[in-house]
Amino acid sequence: MMHGTRTNFGWVRVVVLTVLTLAATVLPLPEPLEPYRPNFVALTVLWFCLLSPRLLGLGYAWLAGLALDGFAGVLLGQHALTLTVIAYVACKLRLQIRAFPPLQQSAVILALLWLNEFLLFWIDGIAGHAITDWRRWLTVPVSAALWPLVNGLFARYASRR
Amino acid sequence: MSSHESEPRPLLLGGPALGLRLIVLAAMAAGLMVADHRQHHLAAIRDAIATLAYPIQWALSAPVQAWDAMRESFATRTRVEAENVKLASDNLVLRLKLLRFESLEQENRRLRAVRESSPRAVQRTLVAEILRVDLDPYRQRVLVNQGARAGVFRGQAAIDANGIFGQVTRAGPVSAEIILITDPEHAIPVQVNRTGARSIALGTGRSGLLSLPYLPQNTDVIVGDLLVSSGLGGVYPPGYPAAKVTSVVRDPAQPLLAVEAEPLAGLDRVPEVLLVWFDNAIVEPEPEQEDQPPATAPPPGAAP
Repeated sequence: MMHGTRTNFGWVRVVVLTVLTLAATVLPLPEPLEPYRPNFVALTVLWFCLLSPRLLGLGYAWLAGLALDGFAGVLLGQHALTLTVIAYVACKLRLQIRAFPPLQQSAVILALLWLNEFLLFWIDGIAGHAITDWRRWLTVPVSAALWPLVNGLFARYASRR
Repeated sequence: MSSHESEPRPLLLGGPALGLRLIVLAAMAAGLMVADHRQHHLAAIRDAIATLAYPIQWALSAPVQAWDAMRESFATRTRVEAENVKLASDNLVLRLKLLRFESLEQENRRLRAVRESSPRAVQRTLVAEILRVDLDPYRQRVLVNQGARAGVFRGQAAIDANGIFGQVTRAGPVSAEIILITDPEHAIPVQVNRTGARSIALGTGRSGLLSLPYLPQNTDVIVGDLLVSSGLGGVYPPGYPAAKVTSVVRDPAQPLLAVEAEPLAGLDRVPEVLLVWFDNAIVEPEPEQEDQPPATAPPPGAAP
Protein backbone atom coordinates (compact mmCIF):
# COMPACT_ATOMS: atom_id res chain seq x y z
CA MET A 1 0.00 0.00 0.00
CA MET A 2 1.35 3.36 -0.98
CA HIS A 3 0.76 6.61 0.77
CA GLY A 4 2.25 8.87 -1.81
CA THR A 5 -0.88 10.96 -2.17
CA ARG A 6 -2.20 13.79 -0.15
CA THR A 7 -5.67 12.28 0.14
CA ASN A 8 -6.40 9.52 2.58
CA PHE A 9 -7.99 7.14 0.15
CA GLY A 10 -7.96 3.86 2.02
CA TRP A 11 -8.84 0.56 0.43
CA VAL A 12 -12.20 0.55 2.17
CA ARG A 13 -13.20 3.72 0.36
CA VAL A 14 -11.97 2.38 -2.94
CA VAL A 15 -14.02 -0.78 -2.52
CA VAL A 16 -17.09 1.20 -1.43
CA LEU A 17 -16.85 3.51 -4.44
CA THR A 18 -16.30 0.58 -6.79
CA VAL A 19 -19.30 -1.36 -5.51
CA LEU A 20 -21.44 1.79 -5.71
CA THR A 21 -20.47 2.49 -9.30
CA LEU A 22 -21.08 -1.13 -10.29
CA ALA A 23 -24.47 -1.01 -8.59
CA ALA A 24 -25.33 2.21 -10.41
CA THR A 25 -24.56 0.42 -13.65
CA VAL A 26 -27.23 -2.24 -13.19
CA LEU A 27 -29.73 -0.19 -11.16
CA PRO A 28 -33.15 -0.59 -12.77
CA LEU A 29 -34.16 2.54 -14.68
CA PRO A 30 -37.36 3.30 -16.56
CA GLU A 31 -36.92 2.09 -20.12
CA PRO A 32 -36.88 5.49 -21.91
CA LEU A 33 -34.05 6.66 -19.64
CA GLU A 34 -31.88 3.61 -20.13
CA PRO A 35 -29.72 4.90 -23.03
CA TYR A 36 -28.83 7.96 -20.97
CA ARG A 37 -27.30 5.96 -18.14
CA PRO A 38 -23.86 7.49 -17.42
CA ASN A 39 -20.85 5.22 -17.55
CA PHE A 40 -20.02 5.51 -13.86
CA VAL A 41 -17.33 2.84 -13.87
CA ALA A 42 -15.34 4.61 -16.61
CA LEU A 43 -15.68 7.96 -14.83
CA THR A 44 -14.38 6.43 -11.60
CA VAL A 45 -11.47 4.77 -13.35
CA LEU A 46 -10.49 8.07 -15.01
CA TRP A 47 -10.82 9.95 -11.76
CA PHE A 48 -8.54 7.51 -9.94
CA CYS A 49 -6.03 7.73 -12.78
CA LEU A 50 -5.89 11.50 -12.54
CA LEU A 51 -5.65 11.33 -8.74
CA SER A 52 -2.99 8.71 -8.32
CA PRO A 53 -1.98 6.36 -11.10
CA ARG A 54 0.47 4.57 -8.82
CA LEU A 55 -2.22 3.59 -6.37
CA LEU A 56 -5.11 2.97 -8.72
CA GLY A 57 -4.02 2.99 -12.31
CA LEU A 58 -4.17 0.33 -14.97
CA GLY A 59 -4.55 -2.59 -12.57
CA TYR A 60 -7.59 -1.01 -11.02
CA ALA A 61 -9.07 -0.24 -14.43
CA TRP A 62 -8.58 -3.86 -15.46
CA LEU A 63 -10.19 -5.32 -12.35
CA ALA A 64 -13.10 -2.87 -12.44
CA GLY A 65 -13.66 -3.73 -16.09
CA LEU A 66 -13.64 -7.45 -15.35
CA ALA A 67 -16.16 -6.95 -12.54
CA LEU A 68 -18.33 -4.93 -14.89
CA ASP A 69 -18.21 -7.70 -17.50
CA GLY A 70 -19.32 -10.24 -14.93
CA PHE A 71 -22.02 -7.93 -13.61
CA ALA A 72 -23.55 -7.08 -16.93
CA GLY A 73 -23.15 -10.58 -18.32
CA VAL A 74 -21.22 -9.58 -21.43
CA LEU A 75 -18.10 -11.08 -23.00
CA LEU A 76 -15.56 -11.49 -20.21
CA GLY A 77 -12.63 -9.10 -20.68
CA GLN A 78 -14.08 -6.51 -23.05
CA HIS A 79 -14.58 -3.74 -20.52
CA ALA A 80 -11.31 -4.78 -18.88
CA LEU A 81 -9.50 -4.10 -22.17
CA THR A 82 -11.20 -0.83 -23.06
CA LEU A 83 -10.96 0.65 -19.56
CA THR A 84 -7.27 -0.28 -19.38
CA VAL A 85 -6.64 1.53 -22.67
CA ILE A 86 -8.36 4.75 -21.63
CA ALA A 87 -6.72 4.54 -18.20
CA TYR A 88 -3.36 4.34 -19.97
CA VAL A 89 -4.05 7.49 -21.94
CA ALA A 90 -5.34 9.27 -18.83
CA CYS A 91 -2.29 8.25 -16.79
CA LYS A 92 0.05 9.32 -19.57
CA LEU A 93 -1.53 12.78 -19.95
CA ARG A 94 -2.39 13.09 -16.32
CA LEU A 95 -0.43 16.23 -15.50
CA GLN A 96 -1.76 18.12 -18.49
CA ILE A 97 -5.37 17.06 -17.90
CA ARG A 98 -5.20 18.06 -14.26
CA ALA A 99 -4.01 21.50 -15.19
CA PHE A 100 -6.81 22.12 -17.68
CA PRO A 101 -9.71 24.44 -16.86
CA PRO A 102 -12.94 22.51 -16.11
CA LEU A 103 -14.51 22.83 -19.55
CA GLN A 104 -11.41 21.64 -21.34
CA GLN A 105 -11.06 18.81 -18.85
CA SER A 106 -14.60 17.68 -19.67
CA ALA A 107 -13.71 17.77 -23.36
CA VAL A 108 -10.75 15.43 -22.79
CA ILE A 109 -12.95 13.13 -20.72
CA LEU A 110 -15.48 13.17 -23.55
CA ALA A 111 -12.82 12.06 -25.99
CA LEU A 112 -11.63 9.28 -23.68
CA LEU A 113 -15.16 8.02 -23.05
CA TRP A 114 -15.80 8.07 -26.77
CA LEU A 115 -12.67 5.99 -27.29
CA ASN A 116 -13.93 3.56 -24.66
CA GLU A 117 -17.32 3.21 -26.35
CA PHE A 118 -15.74 2.90 -29.76
CA LEU A 119 -13.49 0.06 -28.61
CA LEU A 120 -16.52 -1.68 -27.10
CA PHE A 121 -18.40 -1.23 -30.37
CA TRP A 122 -15.47 -2.71 -32.22
CA ILE A 123 -15.16 -5.71 -29.90
CA ASP A 124 -18.92 -6.34 -30.16
CA GLY A 125 -18.55 -6.39 -33.91
CA ILE A 126 -15.62 -8.82 -33.85
CA ALA A 127 -17.44 -11.09 -31.41
CA GLY A 128 -20.34 -11.23 -33.86
CA HIS A 129 -23.08 -9.33 -32.09
CA ALA A 130 -22.73 -5.73 -33.15
CA ILE A 131 -25.16 -3.29 -31.57
CA THR A 132 -25.81 -0.74 -34.27
CA ASP A 133 -28.45 1.16 -32.34
CA TRP A 134 -27.29 4.79 -32.44
CA ARG A 135 -28.52 5.36 -28.89
CA ARG A 136 -25.54 3.44 -27.52
CA TRP A 137 -23.43 6.58 -28.08
CA LEU A 138 -25.71 8.73 -25.91
CA THR A 139 -23.95 7.60 -22.76
CA VAL A 140 -20.74 9.38 -23.84
CA PRO A 141 -21.93 13.04 -23.76
CA VAL A 142 -24.10 12.36 -20.71
CA SER A 143 -21.15 10.94 -18.78
CA ALA A 144 -18.82 13.74 -19.87
CA ALA A 145 -21.37 16.34 -18.77
CA LEU A 146 -21.42 14.68 -15.35
CA TRP A 147 -17.63 14.86 -15.00
CA PRO A 148 -17.46 18.12 -12.98
CA LEU A 149 -20.05 16.76 -10.57
CA VAL A 150 -18.32 13.40 -10.17
CA ASN A 151 -15.00 15.18 -9.78
CA GLY A 152 -16.35 17.42 -7.01
CA LEU A 153 -18.14 14.64 -5.15
CA PHE A 154 -15.20 12.25 -5.24
CA ALA A 155 -12.77 14.95 -4.17
CA ARG A 156 -14.99 15.76 -1.21
CA TYR A 157 -15.30 12.06 -0.32
CA ALA A 158 -11.54 11.66 -0.62
CA SER A 159 -10.66 14.62 1.57
CA ARG A 160 -13.06 13.68 4.37
CA ARG A 161 -11.42 12.33 7.50
CA MET B 1 -3.45 12.43 -28.34
CA SER B 2 0.04 11.12 -27.68
CA SER B 3 2.00 14.29 -27.22
CA HIS B 4 4.73 15.83 -25.13
CA GLU B 5 7.26 13.18 -24.46
CA SER B 6 9.14 15.82 -22.49
CA GLU B 7 6.78 15.74 -19.53
CA PRO B 8 8.49 15.34 -16.14
CA ARG B 9 7.81 11.64 -16.07
CA PRO B 10 10.65 10.21 -13.96
CA LEU B 11 9.66 12.42 -11.09
CA LEU B 12 6.24 10.94 -10.66
CA LEU B 13 5.72 7.78 -12.64
CA GLY B 14 7.58 4.61 -13.23
CA GLY B 15 7.98 5.70 -16.86
CA PRO B 16 8.23 2.80 -19.27
CA ALA B 17 6.55 0.44 -16.81
CA LEU B 18 3.26 2.08 -17.69
CA GLY B 19 3.42 1.00 -21.31
CA LEU B 20 4.54 -2.46 -20.32
CA ARG B 21 1.66 -2.79 -17.90
CA LEU B 22 -0.77 -1.72 -20.63
CA ILE B 23 0.53 -4.41 -22.96
CA VAL B 24 0.37 -7.14 -20.30
CA LEU B 25 -3.11 -6.20 -19.11
CA ALA B 26 -4.46 -5.76 -22.63
CA ALA B 27 -3.07 -9.15 -23.61
CA MET B 28 -4.68 -10.73 -20.57
CA ALA B 29 -8.02 -9.12 -21.41
CA ALA B 30 -7.77 -10.26 -25.02
CA GLY B 31 -6.94 -13.79 -23.86
CA LEU B 32 -9.97 -13.79 -21.59
CA MET B 33 -12.21 -12.62 -24.41
CA VAL B 34 -11.00 -15.28 -26.80
CA ALA B 35 -11.35 -18.02 -24.20
CA ASP B 36 -14.82 -16.81 -23.25
CA HIS B 37 -16.02 -16.34 -26.80
CA ARG B 38 -14.64 -19.49 -28.36
CA GLN B 39 -15.07 -22.22 -25.83
CA HIS B 40 -16.87 -20.96 -22.77
CA HIS B 41 -13.84 -22.14 -20.81
CA LEU B 42 -14.31 -19.58 -18.11
CA ALA B 43 -17.32 -21.03 -16.35
CA ALA B 44 -15.48 -21.02 -13.03
CA ILE B 45 -14.57 -17.31 -13.22
CA ARG B 46 -18.06 -16.49 -14.42
CA ASP B 47 -19.60 -18.42 -11.58
CA ALA B 48 -17.35 -16.71 -9.04
CA ILE B 49 -18.23 -13.22 -10.32
CA ALA B 50 -21.91 -14.13 -10.58
CA THR B 51 -21.91 -15.37 -7.00
CA LEU B 52 -20.16 -12.23 -5.76
CA ALA B 53 -22.48 -10.01 -7.76
CA TYR B 54 -25.67 -11.75 -6.70
CA PRO B 55 -26.05 -10.11 -3.25
CA ILE B 56 -25.60 -6.66 -4.81
CA GLN B 57 -28.01 -7.41 -7.61
CA TRP B 58 -30.47 -8.81 -5.12
CA ALA B 59 -30.11 -5.75 -2.86
CA LEU B 60 -30.82 -3.47 -5.81
CA SER B 61 -33.76 -5.52 -6.92
CA ALA B 62 -35.35 -5.94 -3.48
CA PRO B 63 -36.61 -2.34 -2.97
CA VAL B 64 -38.25 -2.30 -6.39
CA GLN B 65 -39.90 -5.63 -5.71
CA ALA B 66 -40.92 -4.49 -2.21
CA TRP B 67 -42.47 -1.36 -3.72
CA ASP B 68 -44.42 -3.47 -6.20
CA ALA B 69 -45.57 -5.76 -3.41
CA MET B 70 -46.63 -2.80 -1.28
CA ARG B 71 -48.56 -1.23 -4.11
CA GLU B 72 -50.22 -4.56 -4.61
CA SER B 73 -51.24 -4.85 -0.97
CA PHE B 74 -52.72 -1.35 -0.99
CA ALA B 75 -54.72 -2.03 -4.11
CA THR B 76 -58.26 -0.79 -3.83
CA ARG B 77 -60.98 -3.18 -2.85
CA THR B 78 -62.97 -2.64 -6.03
CA ARG B 79 -60.00 -3.53 -8.16
CA VAL B 80 -59.38 -6.68 -6.18
CA GLU B 81 -63.04 -7.62 -6.47
CA ALA B 82 -63.09 -7.03 -10.20
CA GLU B 83 -59.92 -9.06 -10.54
CA ASN B 84 -61.47 -11.80 -8.46
CA VAL B 85 -64.53 -12.00 -10.68
CA LYS B 86 -62.33 -12.15 -13.74
CA LEU B 87 -60.14 -14.86 -12.23
CA ALA B 88 -63.20 -16.89 -11.24
CA SER B 89 -64.56 -16.77 -14.78
CA ASP B 90 -61.12 -17.53 -16.22
CA ASN B 91 -60.90 -20.44 -13.86
CA LEU B 92 -64.24 -21.81 -15.03
CA VAL B 93 -63.19 -21.61 -18.66
CA LEU B 94 -59.87 -23.27 -17.92
CA ARG B 95 -61.52 -26.06 -15.96
CA LEU B 96 -63.86 -26.75 -18.83
CA LYS B 97 -60.88 -26.94 -21.15
CA LEU B 98 -59.09 -29.19 -18.69
CA LEU B 99 -61.97 -31.66 -18.68
CA ARG B 100 -61.35 -32.21 -22.37
CA PHE B 101 -57.61 -32.12 -21.85
CA GLU B 102 -57.56 -35.08 -19.47
CA SER B 103 -59.35 -37.35 -21.89
CA LEU B 104 -57.33 -36.04 -24.83
CA GLU B 105 -54.12 -36.67 -22.99
CA GLN B 106 -55.14 -40.19 -22.17
CA GLU B 107 -56.04 -40.76 -25.79
CA ASN B 108 -52.79 -39.19 -26.94
CA ARG B 109 -50.84 -41.39 -24.56
CA ARG B 110 -52.55 -44.52 -25.89
CA LEU B 111 -51.89 -43.51 -29.47
CA ARG B 112 -48.27 -42.68 -28.66
CA ALA B 113 -47.94 -46.06 -26.99
CA VAL B 114 -49.27 -47.71 -30.11
CA ARG B 115 -46.67 -45.89 -32.19
CA GLU B 116 -43.99 -46.34 -29.54
CA SER B 117 -42.95 -42.71 -29.61
CA SER B 118 -42.17 -40.72 -26.50
CA PRO B 119 -44.66 -38.09 -25.35
CA ARG B 120 -42.21 -35.21 -24.77
CA ALA B 121 -44.52 -33.51 -22.34
CA VAL B 122 -43.26 -31.18 -19.66
CA GLN B 123 -42.27 -33.31 -16.67
CA ARG B 124 -41.27 -30.84 -14.02
CA THR B 125 -41.24 -27.09 -13.58
CA LEU B 126 -39.52 -24.63 -11.31
CA VAL B 127 -40.70 -21.09 -10.62
CA ALA B 128 -37.91 -18.51 -10.90
CA GLU B 129 -38.28 -14.88 -9.95
CA ILE B 130 -36.88 -12.26 -12.33
CA LEU B 131 -34.47 -9.88 -10.61
CA ARG B 132 -35.15 -6.24 -11.37
CA VAL B 133 -31.71 -5.31 -12.61
CA ASP B 134 -30.77 -3.93 -16.00
CA LEU B 135 -28.19 -5.98 -17.81
CA ASP B 136 -26.96 -4.72 -21.17
CA PRO B 137 -29.83 -2.50 -22.39
CA TYR B 138 -29.36 -3.49 -26.04
CA ARG B 139 -29.69 -7.19 -25.43
CA GLN B 140 -32.83 -8.90 -24.32
CA ARG B 141 -31.66 -10.78 -21.26
CA VAL B 142 -32.87 -11.13 -17.70
CA LEU B 143 -31.45 -12.51 -14.50
CA VAL B 144 -33.46 -14.95 -12.35
CA ASN B 145 -33.00 -16.11 -8.78
CA GLN B 146 -32.56 -19.83 -9.45
CA GLY B 147 -29.31 -21.44 -10.48
CA ALA B 148 -27.41 -24.66 -10.89
CA ARG B 149 -28.02 -25.56 -7.26
CA ALA B 150 -31.71 -25.92 -8.05
CA GLY B 151 -30.85 -28.00 -11.10
CA VAL B 152 -31.04 -25.22 -13.67
CA PHE B 153 -28.86 -25.93 -16.70
CA ARG B 154 -27.66 -24.14 -19.81
CA GLY B 155 -30.14 -24.44 -22.65
CA GLN B 156 -33.12 -24.99 -20.40
CA ALA B 157 -36.40 -23.61 -21.67
CA ALA B 158 -38.30 -20.91 -19.76
CA ILE B 159 -42.00 -20.25 -20.30
CA ASP B 160 -44.58 -18.07 -18.65
CA ALA B 161 -48.34 -18.36 -18.39
CA ASN B 162 -48.90 -17.12 -21.94
CA GLY B 163 -46.14 -18.65 -23.97
CA ILE B 164 -42.49 -19.29 -24.53
CA PHE B 165 -40.19 -16.86 -22.78
CA GLY B 166 -36.61 -17.83 -23.59
CA GLN B 167 -33.81 -20.15 -22.62
CA VAL B 168 -31.05 -20.21 -20.03
CA THR B 169 -27.74 -18.97 -21.43
CA ARG B 170 -25.73 -19.17 -18.25
CA ALA B 171 -26.48 -21.03 -15.06
CA GLY B 172 -24.48 -19.74 -12.10
CA PRO B 173 -24.70 -21.42 -8.71
CA VAL B 174 -27.48 -19.21 -7.37
CA SER B 175 -28.63 -17.20 -10.36
CA ALA B 176 -29.13 -17.75 -14.06
CA GLU B 177 -29.24 -15.56 -17.13
CA ILE B 178 -32.10 -16.06 -19.55
CA ILE B 179 -32.00 -14.92 -23.16
CA LEU B 180 -35.45 -13.84 -24.35
CA ILE B 181 -36.82 -15.04 -27.66
CA THR B 182 -36.66 -11.42 -28.87
CA ASP B 183 -32.88 -11.13 -28.41
CA PRO B 184 -31.14 -10.58 -31.76
CA GLU B 185 -28.95 -13.62 -31.13
CA HIS B 186 -31.88 -15.91 -30.50
CA ALA B 187 -33.80 -18.13 -32.90
CA ILE B 188 -36.63 -20.48 -32.09
CA PRO B 189 -37.96 -23.24 -34.37
CA VAL B 190 -41.71 -22.72 -34.75
CA GLN B 191 -44.65 -24.16 -36.56
CA VAL B 192 -47.75 -22.41 -37.87
CA ASN B 193 -50.43 -24.00 -35.76
CA ARG B 194 -53.11 -23.83 -38.46
CA THR B 195 -51.14 -25.45 -41.27
CA GLY B 196 -48.16 -27.11 -39.68
CA ALA B 197 -45.67 -25.13 -41.81
CA ARG B 198 -42.33 -25.03 -40.02
CA SER B 199 -39.91 -22.13 -39.85
CA ILE B 200 -37.56 -20.26 -37.56
CA ALA B 201 -38.48 -17.11 -35.65
CA LEU B 202 -35.57 -14.75 -35.06
CA GLY B 203 -35.37 -12.14 -32.34
CA THR B 204 -35.01 -8.54 -33.44
CA GLY B 205 -33.69 -6.85 -30.30
CA ARG B 206 -36.96 -5.00 -29.87
CA SER B 207 -39.34 -6.37 -27.27
CA GLY B 208 -42.59 -7.39 -28.88
CA LEU B 209 -41.20 -8.23 -32.31
CA LEU B 210 -40.01 -11.46 -33.91
CA SER B 211 -39.23 -11.91 -37.58
CA LEU B 212 -39.64 -14.99 -39.77
CA PRO B 213 -37.43 -14.38 -42.79
CA TYR B 214 -37.27 -17.93 -44.15
CA LEU B 215 -40.81 -18.62 -45.35
CA PRO B 216 -41.18 -19.11 -49.12
CA GLN B 217 -43.66 -16.96 -51.05
CA ASN B 218 -46.20 -19.72 -51.44
CA THR B 219 -46.50 -20.49 -47.73
CA ASP B 220 -49.99 -20.32 -46.33
CA VAL B 221 -49.61 -17.86 -43.48
CA ILE B 222 -51.98 -15.04 -42.54
CA VAL B 223 -52.11 -12.32 -39.93
CA GLY B 224 -53.34 -13.74 -36.63
CA ASP B 225 -51.85 -17.20 -37.11
CA LEU B 226 -50.60 -18.78 -33.93
CA LEU B 227 -46.97 -19.91 -33.96
CA VAL B 228 -46.16 -22.78 -31.63
CA SER B 229 -42.80 -24.28 -30.82
CA SER B 230 -42.07 -27.19 -33.13
CA GLY B 231 -39.74 -28.96 -30.73
CA LEU B 232 -37.04 -29.32 -33.36
CA GLY B 233 -33.64 -28.64 -31.90
CA GLY B 234 -34.72 -30.08 -28.59
CA VAL B 235 -34.51 -26.93 -26.50
CA TYR B 236 -38.19 -26.06 -26.29
CA PRO B 237 -40.99 -28.51 -25.56
CA PRO B 238 -43.14 -28.90 -28.69
CA GLY B 239 -46.58 -27.41 -29.01
CA TYR B 240 -46.26 -24.42 -26.71
CA PRO B 241 -47.53 -21.08 -28.06
CA ALA B 242 -44.69 -18.71 -28.92
CA ALA B 243 -46.06 -15.82 -30.97
CA LYS B 244 -48.87 -14.45 -33.09
CA VAL B 245 -48.32 -13.27 -36.67
CA THR B 246 -48.84 -9.51 -36.91
CA SER B 247 -47.86 -8.74 -40.48
CA VAL B 248 -47.20 -10.61 -43.72
CA VAL B 249 -45.61 -8.76 -46.63
CA ARG B 250 -45.68 -10.52 -49.99
CA ASP B 251 -43.25 -8.76 -52.29
CA PRO B 252 -43.26 -10.60 -55.63
CA ALA B 253 -39.71 -9.42 -56.29
CA GLN B 254 -38.43 -11.29 -53.27
CA PRO B 255 -38.05 -15.05 -53.01
CA LEU B 256 -39.16 -15.11 -49.39
CA LEU B 257 -41.97 -13.60 -47.35
CA ALA B 258 -41.36 -10.91 -44.74
CA VAL B 259 -43.35 -12.07 -41.74
CA GLU B 260 -43.43 -10.38 -38.37
CA ALA B 261 -44.86 -11.79 -35.18
CA GLU B 262 -45.48 -10.66 -31.66
CA PRO B 263 -44.39 -12.94 -28.80
CA LEU B 264 -47.20 -14.03 -26.49
CA ALA B 265 -45.18 -14.23 -23.28
CA GLY B 266 -45.09 -11.04 -21.20
CA LEU B 267 -41.41 -10.54 -21.88
CA ASP B 268 -41.01 -7.18 -20.15
CA ARG B 269 -43.89 -7.46 -17.71
CA VAL B 270 -43.99 -10.75 -15.84
CA PRO B 271 -42.32 -10.99 -12.41
CA GLU B 272 -41.53 -14.69 -12.69
CA VAL B 273 -41.06 -17.46 -15.20
CA LEU B 274 -41.28 -21.24 -15.21
CA LEU B 275 -38.17 -23.24 -15.97
CA VAL B 276 -39.22 -26.55 -17.45
CA TRP B 277 -37.81 -30.04 -17.68
CA PHE B 278 -39.31 -32.21 -20.36
CA ASP B 279 -38.66 -35.61 -21.77
CA ASN B 280 -35.89 -35.00 -24.24
CA ALA B 281 -32.87 -37.08 -25.08
CA ILE B 282 -30.84 -34.28 -26.70
CA VAL B 283 -29.98 -31.72 -24.04
CA GLU B 284 -31.35 -33.14 -20.83
CA PRO B 285 -28.61 -34.17 -18.35
CA GLU B 286 -30.67 -36.96 -16.73
CA PRO B 287 -33.10 -35.80 -14.10
CA GLU B 288 -35.14 -38.57 -12.49
CA GLN B 289 -38.37 -38.78 -14.37
CA GLU B 290 -41.38 -40.68 -13.21
CA ASP B 291 -44.04 -41.33 -15.77
CA GLN B 292 -46.56 -38.91 -14.43
CA PRO B 293 -48.70 -36.09 -15.76
CA PRO B 294 -47.04 -32.65 -15.71
CA ALA B 295 -46.43 -31.67 -12.13
CA THR B 296 -47.08 -28.04 -11.37
CA ALA B 297 -44.98 -27.17 -8.34
CA PRO B 298 -42.32 -29.69 -7.45
CA PRO B 299 -40.04 -29.18 -4.46
CA PRO B 300 -37.00 -27.19 -5.64
CA GLY B 301 -34.79 -29.54 -3.65
CA ALA B 302 -35.62 -32.44 -5.93
CA ALA B 303 -32.81 -31.51 -8.26
CA PRO B 304 -31.21 -34.09 -10.50
